[in-house]
Amino acid sequence: MIAMIEKFRSRHDRALLLIVFWLLLALFGPLCSSHDPGAIGSQSVFSAPSVAHLLGTDYLGRDTLARLLNGIRHTVLLCFASTLVSCSVGTFLGIAAVTARPWVEALTGRLADGFLSIPSLLFALLVIAVFGTSTTALIVTMGVIYTPGAYRTSRALAQRIARLDFVTVARARGESTPYIILQEILPNMAGPMITDVGLRFIYSVLLLSNLSFLGIGVQPPKVDLGSMVRENMLGMAYGSPAMIVPVVVIGILTVGINLALDSSSGRR
Amino acid sequence: MNSQTLKSIGWRFFAAAMSLVFVIVTVFAITNVLPGDATDAVLGQGATPQAVAVMRHDLGLDRPVFFRFWFWLWGVLHGDFGHSLLNGLSVADAIGPRLHNSLLLAGASAAVSVPLSLFLGITSAIWKDTVYDRVVSIMTLGMVSVPEFVIATMAVYVFAVRLHLLPALADVGSVHSLRQFLSAFFMPVASLALVTLAQMVRMTRAAMADALSAPYVEMALLKGVGPIRLILVHAIPNAIGPIVNAVALSLSSLLGGVVVIEVVFTYPGISGLMVDAVSSRDVPTVQACALVFCVTYLFLTTFADIVTILSLPRGRKA
Repeated sequence: MIAMIEKFRSRHDRALLLIVFWLLLALFGPLCSSHDPGAIGSQSVFSAPSVAHLLGTDYLGRDTLARLLNGIRHTVLLCFASTLVSCSVGTFLGIAAVTARPWVEALTGRLADGFLSIPSLLFALLVIAVFGTSTTALIVTMGVIYTPGAYRTSRALAQRIARLDFVTVARARGESTPYIILQEILPNMAGPMITDVGLRFIYSVLLLSNLSFLGIGVQPPKVDLGSMVRENMLGMAYGSPAMIVPVVVIGILTVGINLALDSSSGRR
Repeated sequence: MNSQTLKSIGWRFFAAAMSLVFVIVTVFAITNVLPGDATDAVLGQGATPQAVAVMRHDLGLDRPVFFRFWFWLWGVLHGDFGHSLLNGLSVADAIGPRLHNSLLLAGASAAVSVPLSLFLGITSAIWKDTVYDRVVSIMTLGMVSVPEFVIATMAVYVFAVRLHLLPALADVGSVHSLRQFLSAFFMPVASLALVTLAQMVRMTRAAMADALSAPYVEMALLKGVGPIRLILVHAIPNAIGPIVNAVALSLSSLLGGVVVIEVVFTYPGISGLMVDAVSSRDVPTVQACALVFCVTYLFLTTFADIVTILSLPRGRKA
């Protein structure tokens, strides 16, 4: 049992460590390149890697590395913000469903079921058609899309914990509901919720990349990994790093976190 | 079939109907909470107060929301999705032929990916913990965790750019022979099949591994049942419910995949229409496409649930 908990711990820690790594890269990465991501620095487009441009240039002759670091910044920060929205709102509603009056659970539960019956990409297309592609709209849209999932996870966790003895004891001691939520339920949910945060983060990266690739996500002059792939599609014919590298980076980002979370693959 | 099963199936249909109502209301609500409305989009600079008032009256926008919803719903139920804001053409006419193309693409991909993923999932559950199982596991985990367009662009890169085997675009208009059909459809179908395959393989493997670790399989093994009979007679019939459920659920992920694949290969399907409509904010077209997609999705998930109910021994007996 203790060994199992230990294993759980380390799995969360690895995923958390990876997310922190990507956040640091997003915050400080763009400082590592001396090139301006928007400036056309070279006469040749889709050039191969050289000393001046470590990853070559893109379809306008801009430095790929500088744009890549900027793209990582937008992808990671946008997705992280939307994950924060979905997981905090989801956790709040999930705990409310367990601790508040029964009609709260009935209402939020039905609403979550309803939202889950709309495919996420479709919902995103629908909302973006109406509210446009501003950064706030993207964060809120993705936040709303993944809230029902986070709500379900946290509700299931809170339900299990609320039935445990130490919560009953706390109630019997006469502790207030806020105290029970903050001191008894939340701390015991933290571990599994980190797994959930990791999963939602990956989902948002996948969704945002798809949206940007379709041309309805992050808009120029801003750049993210998906829109980098989109704008450099022509470079595929030359095997240009401007198109290949962002694809690989998306892969490393999502597969890495997934592997850290899914430690069962290949072991069981 | 007995009253209990009928009751659960009836309940499932009721839940699906409720979801349908929710989806319809949501689609209408999201597209109607706009600060401005269609008149701004259509009239643009010429939006004088009088012109706006006349147009609002023509479109029925000056009536209460409830009436507008009712008229819209009435139209939808009669196959009238309104007119595109861009060119004024009937949305239903624009969707018709494209829906046919999309269904063709989705159907062909399902025909490829379902048998293939059943084979991969079942075999990797049988040869669990072998090199084969590991390879399949890692490949499918990788494919689940990258966006759909990555698989599609990689396929284009390998088959069209590196190997020069196939065209990078799906030229559906010029299909006159089997050869042309294959060359136009191979890449989109293969990419879409790959996108749906991974999820299906993982779920099939899990279901099959579950059945294989059950006590009755051990019992059969102890009785001296041969390996082929063990799998075909003892394991598969018990795993069929979860497997069909997995297949139907994965087929609903076909919808997300279809959007991206159609854009990558400039395939003339309904999702290409929808993505264009989203970029130009042509709300009636978006509404109609979203409804078509959501109803398909609902149909698939409900179908999956009913198969699960029918295949559960518990549901059958009790």
